This record gives sequence, C-alpha cells and structure tokens, in this order.
Amino acid sequence: MILFLILDKAPGGPLAPYLQNPHITPADIARLKHNLGLDQPLPVRYVKWLGQVLRGDLGYSTSNSEPVLQAMLERLPATLELMGASTLIAIVVGIGAGIFSAVRPYTFADYFITTFAFFGQSMPVFWLALMMQLAFAVHGIPLPFGYQIQLPSAGLADNVDSFSLGDRLSHLILPAVVLSVLSLALYSRFMRSSMLEVTQTDYMRTAAAKGLAPRTIIFKHGLKNALIPVVTVIALSLPGLIAGAVVTETIFSWPGMGRLFINALQQEDIALLMGYLCVIAFLVVLFNLLADITYAWLDPRVKYD
Amino acid sequence: MSTGSVLISPAGIEDDDLQMTKVTFWRRLRRHRLAVAGFVVLAFIVLCAVFAPQLSPFDPTYIDPHWQGNPLPPCFVNSSQCAGHILGTDEVGRDLLSRLLFGARISLTVAFFAVVMEVVIGTILGALAGYYGGWVDYVIMRVTDVFLSIPLLPLLLVLTGIVAASSSKASLSFLTIVIIIGALSWPGVARLVRATFLSLREREFAEAARAVGNNDFRIIFRHLLPNAIAPIVVQATLDVANVIVLESTLSFLGFGIQPPTASWGNMLANAQATLEQAWWVAVLPGLCILFTVLAINYIGDGLRDALDPNMR
Repeated sequence: MILFLILDKAPGGPLAPYLQNPHITPADIARLKHNLGLDQPLPVRYVKWLGQVLRGDLGYSTSNSEPVLQAMLERLPATLELMGASTLIAIVVGIGAGIFSAVRPYTFADYFITTFAFFGQSMPVFWLALMMQLAFAVHGIPLPFGYQIQLPSAGLADNVDSFSLGDRLSHLILPAVVLSVLSLALYSRFMRSSMLEVTQTDYMRTAAAKGLAPRTIIFKHGLKNALIPVVTVIALSLPGLIAGAVVTETIFSWPGMGRLFINALQQEDIALLMGYLCVIAFLVVLFNLLADITYAWLDPRVKYD
Repeated sequence: MSTGSVLISPAGIEDDDLQMTKVTFWRRLRRHRLAVAGFVVLAFIVLCAVFAPQLSPFDPTYIDPHWQGNPLPPCFVNSSQCAGHILGTDEVGRDLLSRLLFGARISLTVAFFAVVMEVVIGTILGALAGYYGGWVDYVIMRVTDVFLSIPLLPLLLVLTGIVAASSSKASLSFLTIVIIIGALSWPGVARLVRATFLSLREREFAEAARAVGNNDFRIIFRHLLPNAIAPIVVQATLDVANVIVLESTLSFLGFGIQPPTASWGNMLANAQATLEQAWWVAVLPGLCILFTVLAINYIGDGLRDALDPNMR
C-alpha cells in the first residue's frame, strides 16, 4: 500500500514543473537558449531534465552562481528550523487548546478559543507579521526580529559555539509564532471537534463508569483516538506551512529557502524555481507518507500490506 | 422518493427535495447568529465596494500636495495635519480611505471570479471522474494529485512571475490574476465533487434516471449535480475567503495586482518601510482583509451547518 502510494504520487515532483514548461520556455527562450539547449523538442528536454533530477542534479542557479541543489541545501537548515519550531508550537498549543475547549464545550472558555481560532484562520500571515513587528519592534517591546545569524558556508558546527542558544531562540521566536498561528488555529478546531466526538463514545463512558479520573480518561483513552483525524490534518497542512514560510521568511529576512525562492522569482532564475518546486513537492509526498505511518501506529485497525 | 414520481416527472423529485430543504435551510441558517453577522458585515463591505466612487472623498490615485514624504496621519490621530484625509494617506500621499474602498472592489471581484472559475472547472472534472470512474477517473485524479502535491502559493508566484516576465506590459492585468488563481485552485473542488458523485451515482434515482433512457449528460447535470450542490456551495464560500487572502499575499509580495491600482494586499506592500511613523498604513488594510475573510468564513461555517449538519 505504501509502495503504491509512493509510486502513485512520485510523478507529482517532476511532472508539475513539466506542466509549466510550456509557459516558461517562450518567455525566456531567447536568453536561455544557448545554455539550456532549448532547440530540442520538449519531450526530449523533459526526459533529459528528469534524468538529471533523478541523479540529484537540479541544474545551475543563474542568480546565485552556484548549483541549485547546493544553494538550497545551504538554506534548508534555516527553513527547517523555522518550520520545525512553528510546527512544534502549533501542535502543542493547538492540540492543547483543542482538548481544553472540548472537555468544557459551550462554556465561555470554549467560545473564546473557537473565536480565536477563527481569527487565526482568517488572518493573512504577512499582516500578522507586520502587526507583530509593530508591537514588538516599533513599540519597544524588546524582541529582536529580522536577521538570523549569518549562515556559515562550512556547516553549522562552529556557528553554535559562537552564538548562544538564547540568542538563537530570541531571533526565532517571532517568525515561528507568526508562522504557527494558521496551523495552530486549524489544529485546535479539528482537535476540538474530534475530541468532542470521542467523548461521546461508549468506551469513554465505560472508562468513566469504572471510576477512572477524568484526566486519565481524556488523555489515556480519549487522546489517542481523537488524534487520528488530526494527524491527517497536520500532514495536509504542510503545503500551507511551506507557503506561509515563503511569506514569513520574506518579511523577517530569514535566510531560508522561501526567501531564496522569492529572490529567484525576482531575478527569473528558472532552474532554481523548478528545483524549489521539486523539493517542496517531494517534502509534501514524504509527509503524506509519514502521516500514513503514524496513522497505522495510532489506529491498529488500519493495516497496510 | 418513490420510483412512481420519477416516471411521471423525471426531474421533479430533486425539485421537491430542494423545496423541502429550503425552508429548513433558512431556519437553520438564521439560528447561526455568527453567520447572520457575517452576512451583515459582508453586505456592508460589498456595498462599500459597489459605491466606492460615490463614497470616496478623494480619487484613489490623487497625491495630496500637503504630503511631504511621510504619510499624513488620520484625522482622529492628528486633526490639524490630516488635510481632510479621514484615515490619513499612504506612503506616497494618496488618501487611504479611498484606496481601501477601491481596494475592496478589486479584492472582492478577483475572489469572486476566481472562485466561479475554480468551481466550474472543478465541478465538471470532478463530475466526470466520479460518474464515469475507470480510466477517466484515474487520469483526472492523477492530475489532481500533481496539483495538490505542490503548495498553491509558490506555484501561483511562479506562474504570475513568468506571465509578467513574458508579457510586454510591465504589469499584470486583473484578468490574468483571476485566470491563474482559478486555473490552479480547482483540484480541491474536483475531489469533493468526485467523492459526492461516487456515492450519488449508486443511488436509486440515478439508476431510475438511467433506466428511463436519459443520456449521461442529462443525468450528470440534471439529476446528480443538484444533489451535490450543498457541499460545493460550502466549499466555494470558504474558497472565496481563501482567495482573498491569496490575492492579498500575491499583491503584497509584488506579484499580484500592481500599483497604482489599489488592492488590500499591495497597499501593505510598502507598509513595512513606514511602520515606525505610520501604523495606520499597515493596520487598516489588514483589518479590512481580516474582517472580510472572517465574515465569509463564518458564513461558510453557517452554510455548512445549515445545509447538512452531518457533513463535518
């Protein structure tokens, strides 16, 4: 089943930029003809390009004057750091808030959280970032924003020595919080409805009848079952997270892949754009796979063979 | 739903069905107070957008001669310096209120037409996939997978960037944005419609419609589609909200609606630079987006509850 899924989804990566190829080529054909060999027919070029991608060669970035793969790998840690931190915030706070409002439905606290979640979902990421900057940077609440420490060209090891963890975190916190809000709102809404459903099941009533403490019932019996649909939502929210990262990185000058992408866009660096789309498509497929695995772990009834 | 009525009037049953649910639909929707509030807010914003030329105190591209390099403050902040600009001016001295009103026009029309396009494409492809199954389904769904495996925003950015680079004009037209957004955002609708059609085509009335000799086209559009309307409407409403955010993000990054045409997104594009002196330039367009999107989200939520409480 898993294998089938990979095989099924794998065309997503290389095929999608291919779908755009007709749009790309006429635009830049004059400029790029000499180094891309665009005089060959489209299918030939596509097969050649696909072959290169499969060997890990994403082409040469014209705006950065280095191979695309290298340019992206350099910025990948920063992006992963940002996305990881914000996902962590979103999962912990979102699921926590979801459980919190599900165990006391239709109370003031519940309405407060649901309303907050609706606001979070309706807010453009970039505007939230601006408002954060207005509050923290302009009106003197001391949190540094913007630049992250200069990325070293030779790995992160020496970087960690010269900069304290606290400094790193203080730069990370604003962008990470901004990026997490959308997913946070989403998770809390799904967690709430899923948990509400679970609390009405028979096994929960049985657990309560056995005289278990409410805490044990919710966390031991309820949580694992209620998490099942939420896991899907978390995996499916990755594209949104990537899109959000593009915006957040641009606003906070975060040296990650998203900003690289925007720069490439402004300089019409086709190879880099294609490479970026490939990498994120790959990430999305990978996460769908992870979600399926987590699914099987959470719900023994799901079997893949 | 008896087979007898099908034989008498083939299309009649769905109409009766709709009649019955219409009453409960409105009753349920009215009970959803937040959705009602959403409707009121949205109606207000739409009216503002429609009557923007009449309501605007200034031309949205008029640059006030009082402007000296810094945005003029709103009148409620500093009444001696505002020079008649109720909400102040932007970073090049254009009236903020007028631009907000005209921006509403752009943001709402882009969202509306993009969603119409998305729904039409998504419904047709989803219906074909769900009704015929087999290789038609396989091909359409693989294409959908490809689209869904790439986040929408980067894809949109690449496309708008490329279209902008390839067109002789420096700016992207309004229509281009609509078409690009509409052409890329249909897979969600297609999946939804396909799933609905998969279950609908097995129902008795579909079989009956087939039995009395309707052709496929008629079965799909006359018999199945009216029964799939509810989830489509909900999805479309929520997508209007999404597209408003999407368009504003595109415009904010400089790849959407181009100035001097005002959109809520591009009004924020330069707000970061003047954040220290002029909070209103950054806050007000964002509030417009927030409340519009919030209103539409609540409407969508209310519609979902009203149309089918079991849907979620």
